Amino acid sequence: MNINLTLIGQSITFLAFVWFCWKFVWPALIGVMQEREQKIATGLQEAERAGKDLELAQRKAAEQLKEAKAQAAEILDGANKRANQIVEEAKQAARAEGDRLKAAAQAEIEQEVNRAKEQLRSRVAALSVAGAEKILSVNIDAKVHDDMIEKLAAEL
Amino acid sequence: MAAEQTATGYIQHHLQNLAYGKLPAGYTRADGTVLTESTWTIAHSSQEAADMGFWAVHLDTLGWSIALGLLFCFLFARAAKKATVGVPSGFQSFVELVTEFIDKLVRETFPHTNRMVAPMALTIFVWVFLMNLMDLIPVDWLPMAAAKMAGNDHFFFKVVPTTDLNATLGMALAVFALMIFFSIKEKGIIGFVKELTLHPFHSGKWYVDIFLIPFNFLLEAVSLIAKPVSLGLRLFGNLYAGEMIFILIAIVFGVGALGFIGAALLQMGWAIFHILVITLQAFVFMVLTTVYMAMAHNREEEHEHDQ
Repeated sequence: MNINLTLIGQSITFLAFVWFCWKFVWPALIGVMQEREQKIATGLQEAERAGKDLELAQRKAAEQLKEAKAQAAEILDGANKRANQIVEEAKQAARAEGDRLKAAAQAEIEQEVNRAKEQLRSRVAALSVAGAEKILSVNIDAKVHDDMIEKLAAEL
Repeated sequence: MAAEQTATGYIQHHLQNLAYGKLPAGYTRADGTVLTESTWTIAHSSQEAADMGFWAVHLDTLGWSIALGLLFCFLFARAAKKATVGVPSGFQSFVELVTEFIDKLVRETFPHTNRMVAPMALTIFVWVFLMNLMDLIPVDWLPMAAAKMAGNDHFFFKVVPTTDLNATLGMALAVFALMIFFSIKEKGIIGFVKELTLHPFHSGKWYVDIFLIPFNFLLEAVSLIAKPVSLGLRLFGNLYAGEMIFILIAIVFGVGALGFIGAALLQMGWAIFHILVITLQAFVFMVLTTVYMAMAHNREEEHEHDQ
């Protein structure tokens, strides 16, 4: 094993390679790596923010959905109430109409009855007059006995 | 391994680098010829390589380390150029994984601002790892291929640069030079000298300090020098030992059928274990370099708190 010029040659070679690495290899590599690191960090941050945004949006959507449901329920409730009211009103109207019709019919019936009674009365009056005429065989002056006949008829 | 070779010869052959250097005039070469004038040539024996002295280079060590370093630069520079902010895939994510690992580690161990330290740690880790990785290629493949190409059975060729002390010490020395450079740059010459002479013993009274300076300097100098030496030797020692065991296992391959099976199992086991070793050694070299750099940037006040 001889120590010779190789020693110095190796030293120079070493320094030359170190210089090359220092000037051309290292800065480029480290630069790219740091840039990528930055990019990844930014990306992660953005992802985190997006996650938060998503959560927020979901919460908001849920809230809105809840609100909408409440509103729908309210509307439905109102509609039901209104329908019931309408039905009730209709029922009342129908009942009133029925009552009115009944009352009218009753009035008519009463009227008819009254008229029939009146007719009957007049007929009875005539009949009784005729009967009395026959019985008495005398001419009763209708005008004279009108009073009496009237009384009779009213008793019917 | 060639039939006529002995085990010792085989091992020695595997441990000899491909040296290129100057042999003086009148030198008797390994094959008996005498050089008429001094020549630059490739050593044909270990003795020749040793006789070349300091002014020789190991072509295989330098060649492989430069090739692997270029591979690292090419792959990583391409990945860096192609890198986009989008989702990384394939090789790019691997490169980014390594880069981030180093970046994190350097941030933890090196609290100062010096943009050079992290790229240096990356370079060391990947480059040393690649050089160590050559150890996992079966010991004879590349040397034999090289010998075939060179047309010379005795062509020396060591493919693992980190098993060459020159390579590891060379890197350690470069780290050492950077340490001293940044020490002086951060603390100034005075601060650096003070660090060497006024620690660890310091009384605050100048007439006592004067007598403490030699002891301090001795201690600090030893600890300073020990850093690059231990850095280089640790990597070298681990890889050299690993390489040696691969070579020994390779010898067992030649010893009958049982030897072949045994060696195959041993080789596999050692290679699997060695995956850990080569990664760990690359990691240790990188971490220690970062720590040394952090020490070089430490100011005196911080240094005192550490004591």
